[in-house]
Amino acid sequence: MSWLKHAVRNPIGAKVLMAITGIMLTGFLVAHISGNLLIFVGPQAINAYAEGLRQFPAVLWAARAGLLVAFVTHIYFAAYVTMGNRAARPQPYAFSNTVQATLASRSMVLTGMVMLAFIIFHLAHFTWRITDSEISAMGEFDVYQMVIRGFRQPMVAGSYVIAMVAIGLHLSHGIASVFQTLGLNHPRYNRAVRFAGPAIGVGIALLFASIPLSIYLGLVK
Amino acid sequence: MKLKLHVWRQKNKAAQGRMVTYDADNISPNMSFLEMLDVVNEGLITTGEDPIAFAHDCREGICGSCGVMVNGVAHGPQDATTTCQLHMRSFQDGEELYIEPWRAKGFPVLRDLVVDRSAFDRIIQAGGFVSVNTGSAQDANATPIRKSDADEAFNAAACIGCGACVAACKNASAMLFVSAKVGQLSLLPQGQPERQERALNMVSAMHEEGFGNCTNQYECEAVCPKQISTDYIARLNREFIKATLTYPDAKK
Repeated sequence: MSWLKHAVRNPIGAKVLMAITGIMLTGFLVAHISGNLLIFVGPQAINAYAEGLRQFPAVLWAARAGLLVAFVTHIYFAAYVTMGNRAARPQPYAFSNTVQATLASRSMVLTGMVMLAFIIFHLAHFTWRITDSEISAMGEFDVYQMVIRGFRQPMVAGSYVIAMVAIGLHLSHGIASVFQTLGLNHPRYNRAVRFAGPAIGVGIALLFASIPLSIYLGLVK
Repeated sequence: MKLKLHVWRQKNKAAQGRMVTYDADNISPNMSFLEMLDVVNEGLITTGEDPIAFAHDCREGICGSCGVMVNGVAHGPQDATTTCQLHMRSFQDGEELYIEPWRAKGFPVLRDLVVDRSAFDRIIQAGGFVSVNTGSAQDANATPIRKSDADEAFNAAACIGCGACVAACKNASAMLFVSAKVGQLSLLPQGQPERQERALNMVSAMHEEGFGNCTNQYECEAVCPKQISTDYIARLNREFIKATLTYPDAKK
């Protein structure tokens, strides 16, 4: 297995692992938002969905374990790659300039850290339910009421929306990057990939942000 | 033209450098950027100061030695040219210019604007060649090569190893350089026998020289004087992944 160890110590190998785990994490986001949008259908729909997930504890825990492995791997190699990048230019330019690198590509570390902080808060808020005593006291499966209660608070809704801006930026560079890093590249598809990556990323973020926004604005009660 | 220059001055590799300001007067818009530096240097020599050291050789955009950063852009503001091909008409009268050497751990500053680019030579030595002697030129069509492959190999072979890609990269990565060198040989029949070890060894050599990692920001292709595309980086990624998974002599 030393070939594998050697490969991931390498700039390309480390990034390939980030790309693969990035695909897994993006896949999770797509599944997550698909379920969340049921809130617009009504209380029964989303509560039944939440309860349905718990009918298959083995699948649920396997998915959670896979997600945790992907998450930790992604962050570990992001840190490894970033430290290498910082070390590669010990003396910065007196006059720094950017020709064509996008804002999203230049803020991957920042948006990643915002997402990490958000995910910890999000788990504490809706999964472990320790941030809000009223949510803690609610019945086990009333997801609908829990979400409504959460997003009526401006601070909570606002911080979720800010986190979605970070996710939108992160994905808009990340999705297109997956194709480049894995070498899935051809002049025939390059333009489509460079357009679709940001479009999908921003689209996912907008769908997620629509939930706290519409609850806070009273569109969903 | 009159310009105000802020130039990086550093006595030697070990010395601490700093930005020093000079006035450049009587500059013709038809001068090349290097001729402008020559004029400034003549002034410095007559006043008994050390002239600004900068690397140059062919002054026609093919040797790759003259690169400097001008206002944070490798080879200055004009696309698809080296610093020596840049003319002063690209600037405004009275403009302030920040002139700095390439900044990368893999390119230590030797003096003023001159950096040591021998890291690129060592990366080439790790695999950027064909080991067998190819002998004298054979008949033109003795080895059939698809036209599009020949064109693509040629575009990669246009790399002059100037190091602008490293200088422009936010991570001081040498991926565009390595991808051009790996790319040109991976497309041609003579490069096939050593194709896999070339990709593995050159990428390892790049890493060992202290260059950063590509984060797909494409600053490199924007400043490359030979307009080498980051499509070659995707090709290098593909070469590396395939070689890692299938190279027969890879460590178990």
